[in-house]
Amino acid sequence: MNAVGFLNYWFVVVLMMIGFYILIAQGNLVKKIIGLNIFQTSVFILYISMGKIEGATAPILNSNWSVYSNPLPHVLILTAIVVGVATSALGLSLVVRIHEAYGSVEEDQINEMDRSV
Amino acid sequence: MMSHLPVLQVIVPLLAAPLCALVRHGRTAWAIAVASSWVSLWMAWKIFQLVQADGAISYNLGGWPAPIGIEYKIDALSAFVLIIVTLVGAVVTPYALKSVGREVGTSREALFYAAFLLCLSGLLGIVVTGDMFNVFVFLEISSLSAYALIALGRDRRALTASYQYLIMGSVGATFIVIGIGMLYVMTGSLNMADLAILLPELPSNRTIPVAFAFLSVGVCLKLALFPLHMWLPNAYAYAPSAVTAFIASTATKVAIYMLLRFFFTVFGVHFSFSEMQLGIILLPLSLIAIFSMSLVAIFQTNVKRMLAYSSLAQIGYIILGISFFSNTGLTAGILHLFNHAIIKGSLFMALGCVMYRLNSVELENMRGLGKKMPLTMGAFMVGGFSLIGVPFTAGFVSKWYLIQGAIEKGLWPVALLILMTSLMAVVYIWRVVESVYFSEFDESQNDDCTEAPLGLLLPTWALALLCLYFGINATLTTSGASLAAANLLRIGS
Repeated sequence: MNAVGFLNYWFVVVLMMIGFYILIAQGNLVKKIIGLNIFQTSVFILYISMGKIEGATAPILNSNWSVYSNPLPHVLILTAIVVGVATSALGLSLVVRIHEAYGSVEEDQINEMDRSV
Repeated sequence: MMSHLPVLQVIVPLLAAPLCALVRHGRTAWAIAVASSWVSLWMAWKIFQLVQADGAISYNLGGWPAPIGIEYKIDALSAFVLIIVTLVGAVVTPYALKSVGREVGTSREALFYAAFLLCLSGLLGIVVTGDMFNVFVFLEISSLSAYALIALGRDRRALTASYQYLIMGSVGATFIVIGIGMLYVMTGSLNMADLAILLPELPSNRTIPVAFAFLSVGVCLKLALFPLHMWLPNAYAYAPSAVTAFIASTATKVAIYMLLRFFFTVFGVHFSFSEMQLGIILLPLSLIAIFSMSLVAIFQTNVKRMLAYSSLAQIGYIILGISFFSNTGLTAGILHLFNHAIIKGSLFMALGCVMYRLNSVELENMRGLGKKMPLTMGAFMVGGFSLIGVPFTAGFVSKWYLIQGAIEKGLWPVALLILMTSLMAVVYIWRVVESVYFSEFDESQNDDCTEAPLGLLLPTWALALLCLYFGINATLTTSGASLAAANLLRIGS
């Protein structure tokens, strides 16, 4: 159990922070959705990593193997991926509608327009 | 049939939703929505009676027993929240016919009801399930449909409000998934009852407090506790009236249900409130929410926005009750879940009537409306007085319990602050009273303004009368709430 053994989790933390930072710092609405995507993807990797057991194989019954990886996190994440896709699709379609209504996808310009009304 | 009620509660609106989308005809879709929401209310009532008589119901999905399969578990708290959600749903759907037809447009009506029913079934799913990951799935079903519903508002700011809600809501939901994942990695279980047994047995470690923190922040984002509330005022202010009435009275309530479920059932009272000191975190946040949001509400010119800020303050009252983690405090919190749902439902629906006639809910446009729309404004006043907590209204009962809870804990300044902030509610409701009853109506602006149609008035008054009924005879609500509170505390100890 050392830093290399936790490599996956280090990637999760880095990805999570990149995604979260884009989400907060970016003013472009499309980029925000991409940030959200990266943020969610890091959580997918977190789940997949915890299902892995060292020296175990894929969870398909086989007489040569006795240890299998835990398939449940994979199934959970399959659901979470679907949810993530739906969220991105809805978010992006909202951005399209916002672009039609405001003519811009920059947060500060939109706020400016709302304030001047 | 009766033994399958827990799953039917979710399935009926879930199946009715695609049906609405397929028929493509506004009125037929509306009829389907009304029928399924009333069936839901009936089922929730049956479940409530069963739970009150025989205790918690457990239902194994697909016949797989609990820790392996997904379990639906309905105890006194779930049954109580089911009633809140289905009651508001059953009142809002009949109301939606006129209101949505005007505000959303007939071409998108059928899709509106599909999204509405999806939202309803998602909220009901969160309440009935006993499985952590299932909570997340239903949370996303309800949230995604709520984003779509809010974006249907006529003002273009509805789009940006919905977008902001989507970003914040998804972050909250993802935080909840991270928390659930950490619990799973430590225990190997997703079943709430199972987790409640496994968690205290674990040796002391850092993962569980981190999971606790992720879940707390995620849920508090969803329930819009100060300072994670930024998405709420715009979302409520620019959504179509029927949507505001439904979401304001149910979505945040179900998020509070999640908070109670996670902290009391899964982690247990001892871990949440003694080791993690949740009470010390929630108490000041809820007090700031109550005080600052009431203050902001006073300065709003858009009445819908004013009520949105008032909702944030009311959420503060509920969390305040929970932060006492005593029987009385919890009872007050759970009771206010119900009372605030019917109060805000009636207020937002009354505003929907105003919107129907005036196309605006700006305070200056509502001048002298008391003479033109006496019944609508009457319902608004009943809700308003109830919000303040005038005796013989529902709001009074929950504030009474809340102050009792504060005094029991020896928190006199808090009790005093509750009374003081009630006076602030008097101020912002009075601003509406002054404008509506003590100013002249501007005839040149809108000369054919009359009372709202019966289809809008009846549901509005139904909730307004409930506010009065549960203010005078509160045995049903208080007994339900105190049973739920007692259950929560017993599981934890």
